[in-house]
Amino acid sequence: MRKSANTAHKLAPIITFLLLLLLWEAGVRVYQIKPWILPGPLAVANALVKETPLLLTHTAATLLEALSGFFIAIVLALLLGIILNSSQLLHKAIYPLLIISQTIPLIVLAVLFTIWFGWGITPKIIIVVLVCFFPITINLMEGINSVDPDQINLFRSMGASNFTIFRMVKFPSALPAFFSGLRIAATYSIMAAVIGEWLGAQKGLGYFMTLKQKSFAIDEVLAAVIIICLLSFLLVKIVDLAEYFLLPWNRIEEIS
Amino acid sequence: MTKLEALNICKTLDGLYTLDNISLYLKEQELVVIVGPSGCGKSTLFHIISGLINPDTGRIIIDGRDHTGQTGRVGYMQQKDLLLPFRTVLDNIALPLVLKGESWQEARKKAKSYLSQFGLEGFADYYPRQLSGGMKQRAALLRTYLFASDILLLDEPFAALDAITRHKMQKWLLSLRNQYNPSILFITHDIEEALLLADRIYVFSPLPGRVVGEFAVKNLTDEEKSLCKKQIMQLLNM
Repeated sequence: MRKSANTAHKLAPIITFLLLLLLWEAGVRVYQIKPWILPGPLAVANALVKETPLLLTHTAATLLEALSGFFIAIVLALLLGIILNSSQLLHKAIYPLLIISQTIPLIVLAVLFTIWFGWGITPKIIIVVLVCFFPITINLMEGINSVDPDQINLFRSMGASNFTIFRMVKFPSALPAFFSGLRIAATYSIMAAVIGEWLGAQKGLGYFMTLKQKSFAIDEVLAAVIIICLLSFLLVKIVDLAEYFLLPWNRIEEIS
Repeated sequence: MTKLEALNICKTLDGLYTLDNISLYLKEQELVVIVGPSGCGKSTLFHIISGLINPDTGRIIIDGRDHTGQTGRVGYMQQKDLLLPFRTVLDNIALPLVLKGESWQEARKKAKSYLSQFGLEGFADYYPRQLSGGMKQRAALLRTYLFASDILLLDEPFAALDAITRHKMQKWLLSLRNQYNPSILFITHDIEEALLLADRIYVFSPLPGRVVGEFAVKNLTDEEKSLCKKQIMQLLNM
C-alpha cells in the first residue's frame, strides 16, 4: 500500500509536467501559432539537439562565470562570518549595510560593471559574487547567532577561548543553515551569470539568447532556457550531495 | 575538609536583585542539594561558582584558593544535555579532555573506558539525537565528570526526564557517587529528589534568593525524612 502511494507521489509531478507539455504542443498546433512567436515543445527539443555543439560552448562560458562567482562568494561569506563573529561592534557596523546593499537594483549594477570592466568575464563574475554572497552570508550568520547561549556558556565554563568556541561549536552548528544559503545561491549563480551576459558579452548562454532573440529564433532561446534550468538544478543537487556527505549527523533520523 | 565555599554572594541581574548574601559550603565527597522554587537564582549561583559571571560582592573559594570569576575549574551540567549534535557520543564526552590539552586519541581512549559504567556501552559512534533522554543525560554527566572529576555542579539534571527514567537516574547517580566519590552540588525544585540524594540540603527562598534553611539528612530514617519534608514545605510556603 505504502509503496504504491510513494510511487504515485513520485510520478505525480512528472505526469503533470508531461500533460502541460502536451497541452502546449496541442495549443500551438490547434491555434497555428507562428514559431517566431511561440514554438511548440517538439520544436524546442529539435533546436536543442540541432544546436548542441554551439550551446555547449556557451554553456561552458556561463558555467565558468557562475562557478567562479559562487566559490568567491563562499570564501567571502566565510571570511565575513568569522570577522563579524569576532566583534560585536563590527557586526553592528556592517550588518545593516549588508541588508541595505540588497536594495540596489542588480540590472543597473550589471550595466555599470560593463562600463567599468568591459565585455569580458570579470563583470559577470562580480555580479554572480554579489548575488550569491548575500544568501550565503545571511544564512551563515543566522546559523552562528542561533546557537544556544547555554551551549556557549558550557564551553566557556570549561575555559574554552572565543576562537575555540567558534571552531568547535558555532561554526559546525551553523553548517546546516550555511548549506541552505548555498542551495539558494547555487540557483541564483547561473541566473546572475546569464543576466550579466545578457547586458553585454561575447559568449555565454545570455549572449546566445540575446542574439537568437533578435533574429526571432524563439525555439533556440527556449532551448537555452532549458539548459539554464538543468544547470541550476544540477548545482542544487551537487550542494545537496555535498551536504549529505559532509554533515552525516544531519541526515540521521531522531529516535527518541 | 571543605572543598568549595561561597562566601556572602550578592548579585543583581538586569536590575533584579537575584542573590541575597548567599553563603554555603560543600565538603569533600559530600552531596549537597539546593532546593528552592523556580526562578530563585539557583542557576545564577551556579553561573557564579563556575566563573561564568562575577558576583557583585562575595567570593568563591575552592580548595582554599580564591576562584571568583575563574572558569575551567568545576564541572557544570545543566538541565539540557547540550551535547553537540554534530559530534558522536564518544567525541562529545572526550571533548573536555581535548579542551584541557589532551590529544583526541588519548581523550577518546580515556572516555571509552568509562562508557560501560555510564550505561553507554556500544553507543560510542552514535550521534546524540539517536539516544534516549536518559542516555543523553548520562553522556552529559560523563562529560562533566571527565572535565572536573572532583567538583560537579548539577543543575536540575533530571528535570526534563519522565518519572520512571528520572527515578532510575537518581538511583544510578547514587551508585556512581559511591564508586567515584566526587563532591556534588545539586539543584532541584523537587523536595523528594533532594531527600533521596542529599547528605545535606539548603533551602532557598523565592527572589531574591536567600538561604532560609539547612538540613543534614544523611542517614535519617524515613520518618525523620518525612518530618524534614514538612519543614521544608513550610519554609517554601507550600
